[in-house]
Amino acid sequence: MMEQSVTYANLDNTIELKRKKKKKKSLRRECLLPLSPLILSLLPLQTLNKPWYRHLANEFARTFGSPFHRIQSSMILKFILGLFWYLLHIVVSLVHIWSYVIQQLRCYIISSGLFAKYRNFSLSRLRYLAVVVDSQEAKHTAKIKQLLSWLSAIGVKHVALYDAEGVLKKSIDFGQTRLRDRSAGTCLDGDVNCVTSRNYEEMSIELLSFTDGKEGIAKAASFLCSDHLKNDSDGCGRTETLFTEANMTKALKAVGYYGPEPDLLLVYGLARCHLGFPPWRLRYTEIMHMGPLKSMKYSAIVKALYDFSKKYQNYGS
Amino acid sequence: MEENGKSITSSLLRSVSRFLRNCLFAMLSFGPMPNHIAFIMDGSRRYAKNRIVQQGTGHRVGFKVLTSTLQYCYEMGVKYVTVYAFSIDNFKREPAEVQSLMDLMKEKIDELLNRESIVSKYGIRINFWGNLNLLTEPVRLAAMKAMTATAKNTGPVLSICVAYTSTNEIMRAVEKAWEEKRKEIEQMDSAISVGDLERHLYTANCPDPDIVIRTSGETRLSNFLLWQSDYGHLQNRHPLWPEFCLRHLIWAILEFQRVYPYLQERRGWCKKEG
Repeated sequence: MMEQSVTYANLDNTIELKRKKKKKKSLRRECLLPLSPLILSLLPLQTLNKPWYRHLANEFARTFGSPFHRIQSSMILKFILGLFWYLLHIVVSLVHIWSYVIQQLRCYIISSGLFAKYRNFSLSRLRYLAVVVDSQEAKHTAKIKQLLSWLSAIGVKHVALYDAEGVLKKSIDFGQTRLRDRSAGTCLDGDVNCVTSRNYEEMSIELLSFTDGKEGIAKAASFLCSDHLKNDSDGCGRTETLFTEANMTKALKAVGYYGPEPDLLLVYGLARCHLGFPPWRLRYTEIMHMGPLKSMKYSAIVKALYDFSKKYQNYGS
Repeated sequence: MEENGKSITSSLLRSVSRFLRNCLFAMLSFGPMPNHIAFIMDGSRRYAKNRIVQQGTGHRVGFKVLTSTLQYCYEMGVKYVTVYAFSIDNFKREPAEVQSLMDLMKEKIDELLNRESIVSKYGIRINFWGNLNLLTEPVRLAAMKAMTATAKNTGPVLSICVAYTSTNEIMRAVEKAWEEKRKEIEQMDSAISVGDLERHLYTANCPDPDIVIRTSGETRLSNFLLWQSDYGHLQNRHPLWPEFCLRHLIWAILEFQRVYPYLQERRGWCKKEG
């Protein structure tokens, strides 16, 4: 029994020794990895297991390995990367400041009336204009009304005003009765799902929000399907000619979410992004970013409309 | 001897350039990086016209630019790249031009499946989005072969929009949602929801694009990812597609990083409402 326990003890020790040797070998391998054989040959073997060496080797591997593992390295490396990143963004900001200065100069020249081309250009191609406003800025109703009066003065006849959260529908009051655009039901004040139209200084205005986009398409799809079920008298269920874009347009009209496709979309916000404007109406719309609403300028709108008048579209052909 | 020297020099230059690129990407990745970039590859015909060469040359150079752009994107860690290669509206072009584009597409799809191609190098999974029945049979078969061959790849995802328009994609999603929910609609007067449609779009397993880049300075989306680009940063770069290079891509990423907090906040509102 005693001999057996000694044998087992010996076995445990042997296993333990083997485990320790394996650990040392793997540590040595880890430390050997980043450095070339030439450098290794200069270092005594004992150095390879020192803690300071292991730390340096790991730093070396992280710095010159793939940059796209999570950076868990030292504060110094993070600081250097961050510094260069900020420098890159300073360059971007300087370019933006320069563009802003050029834009302001251009606006000044346009408002001075120096160039006749900005006073006499044709708006015949602009049948429908859309304006996307950031919802935070849409609360400034005075600015919105000023924008509309400028558009009216330039000669725009039809405008769709969009903001994602429906702030415009709740806040804009033109002092006239709301008109309903749908076939059934009534449109209550504060109902943000209501597509509303108004006439404002001989310009028709449509107010839209996020719910007029994807939800409108889903409702039109449901209408299309339920209409097909009602009219499928022979029960064949043929759908080859049902799910067409033309039928979707008819369905959108039926559920009250139809509107013409704008030729031009002006985006007022911090980024050039349409923020969920109804996708069915955006196919070939020219999208121009105008900057924040608070710094809008009449001459910038003139420039945008002039640039639009010079655009040429081949519609894919 | 001279040739050996030249090849050593060129491989050294390639290594140095790759190292510098990695350093640049490491710097960029200090800020938020896009997960999905979409490209509208516009301007190949104008490129050929400006250089008074055949139209096919513009498209071939455009393909080389596509492979190098993909390489840069995947090196940066962008997981999803979508490209608008051929619209349904493009079938309105001259038949000879359409046929030459179809031939070029087949040639390039076969090239992508070579062992030495970028697809093998990065383990890319390829998707073809669009109404593939409108394509000629050789191209359709090549596309199906490419999708099957790369279906099990776990690397980045390349989605090529061919015979595609966003409105066509939405109608396809409506049809699929109808097939799925027909009984419910018949028996329980159920309705199709936004979620039902989104599940059947081509992008069902893919996040919305963070950046949509159109080259050649045009400002419209031309019926591309209209449903998915709600909160994507729409960028129009002036160079024609065959002139697009690394510095334009870097600039696009930097512009995205500037507006990222704003777009994230707006996207957050949309998710809350959804």
